[in-house]
Amino acid sequence: MVTSRDDFSIAIRSAFLRKGVKQKFSLLALIIASIILLSLEAINSKSLNFVRSAVKDVIYRTSFIVSIPSNSIAPVFTKIQNYFEVYEQYEIAKSKLQQLENQQNEINYLKVENDKLKRIIDDADIYNRESITTKVLVDKKSPFLKSVILNKGFNSGLKRGMPVLDGPYFVGRITEVNYLSSRVLLINDLNSKIPVIIEPMGYQAIMSGAGDKLALLEFLPKNHQLKIGSLVYTSGTGGIFFPGIPIGRVELIEKKFHIKFFSDLSQLYLVNVITSKSIESEQ
Amino acid sequence: MFFRKNFVSRLFSYIPFLILFYLACSETDFSFEKLSFLSFNLIHIVIFYWVLKNPYILGYGFIFLAGIVNDIIIGLPIGVSSITYLVLSGFAAYVRYLTVEPSLIYDWIIFVPSIAVTNSVYFYILRIFFDVEVDYIALALNTGSTILLYPIVGILFNFLSKIIVVKKNV
Repeated sequence: MVTSRDDFSIAIRSAFLRKGVKQKFSLLALIIASIILLSLEAINSKSLNFVRSAVKDVIYRTSFIVSIPSNSIAPVFTKIQNYFEVYEQYEIAKSKLQQLENQQNEINYLKVENDKLKRIIDDADIYNRESITTKVLVDKKSPFLKSVILNKGFNSGLKRGMPVLDGPYFVGRITEVNYLSSRVLLINDLNSKIPVIIEPMGYQAIMSGAGDKLALLEFLPKNHQLKIGSLVYTSGTGGIFFPGIPIGRVELIEKKFHIKFFSDLSQLYLVNVITSKSIESEQ
Repeated sequence: MFFRKNFVSRLFSYIPFLILFYLACSETDFSFEKLSFLSFNLIHIVIFYWVLKNPYILGYGFIFLAGIVNDIIIGLPIGVSSITYLVLSGFAAYVRYLTVEPSLIYDWIIFVPSIAVTNSVYFYILRIFFDVEVDYIALALNTGSTILLYPIVGILFNFLSKIIVVKKNV
């Protein structure tokens, strides 16, 4: 019994404390180093932030270069896959064409309604804002965390909290800014909570990322009569973003109201970062 | 343990190191949009296999660095992945000291609690200390898929190991 306990402690000591023949560090020393690094995250000093920013810039650029081969191979696989799916896609297209013909009249009606809604929430204001167009540098499609890295940082005037748009649609906000790069927390991330307004009812709610292609609608008013297909915009509550940026449509899934985004968040390439200044206000 | 001296086997001995840093640094992620339940963490397999089978190939210092790079790319607090990778290495090293006759099936069985504990450490550090929400169902599915993938990758690494190492002294 004593021997087996000895074996256990020897194995633990050997695994964590011994450096090994070709190892330069012991496991325990490196775990302590990791804990120190983690505790440094809580410290917010200028020099430390500068070092962090420089290291991150270097690693983001390296990641972009390292990813070039795999990114160039991916379209080839997609092309091959497309050839195999031609007939299937033809059948889908045929049935969709039928549906589209039926929807033609409905679209005309929706266009009129959309113009009306845009006027109501002053949607045109989006296009009067200063924006910076940036490229998505790295998009590590993590199954747990949803964010992308942009190729512009505070040297181009980007700041934390600025809204990020894919075309006219809201896709996220900047959460980290380095000198040459910045990180966007996408609206489908679990940590993303955005105040929204649902039109035409005018309900205020919080859009909470669900980790996939949809977001959850939370804090809806009691006894609400939310309709499927209603449009969701940023509300501008709390002064975080300006109001009226389109996000998506309401859908009912498993008795819960979700938002289906207008933009495909897995296909972001060029995005617009809106600065808080309005062109009109400057003039 | 003796290493082959020729150029090709020396070149092959860098493969685990290159895979580790390529996966940590690049956008490559083994998650599939159409099969959301199917996502692997190949880094965990690479670390566990090589620390267990041949610690001379993959140093702890490099594992630590790969964790830091991965944290920066994903946008996590710097050090989280390093700790999880090192805990996994600890499990592998501990098993290596206790095992007399290694086999892929035995390694696979040990891999199950190792990765479960490692991912729990990862989840709790993010949730408790940094208040970062992590989709634990996706994490659990990722853990399950990684466990299932281990023997397949293990067989491939066994071939690689035979090219690098000529003979083992127990």
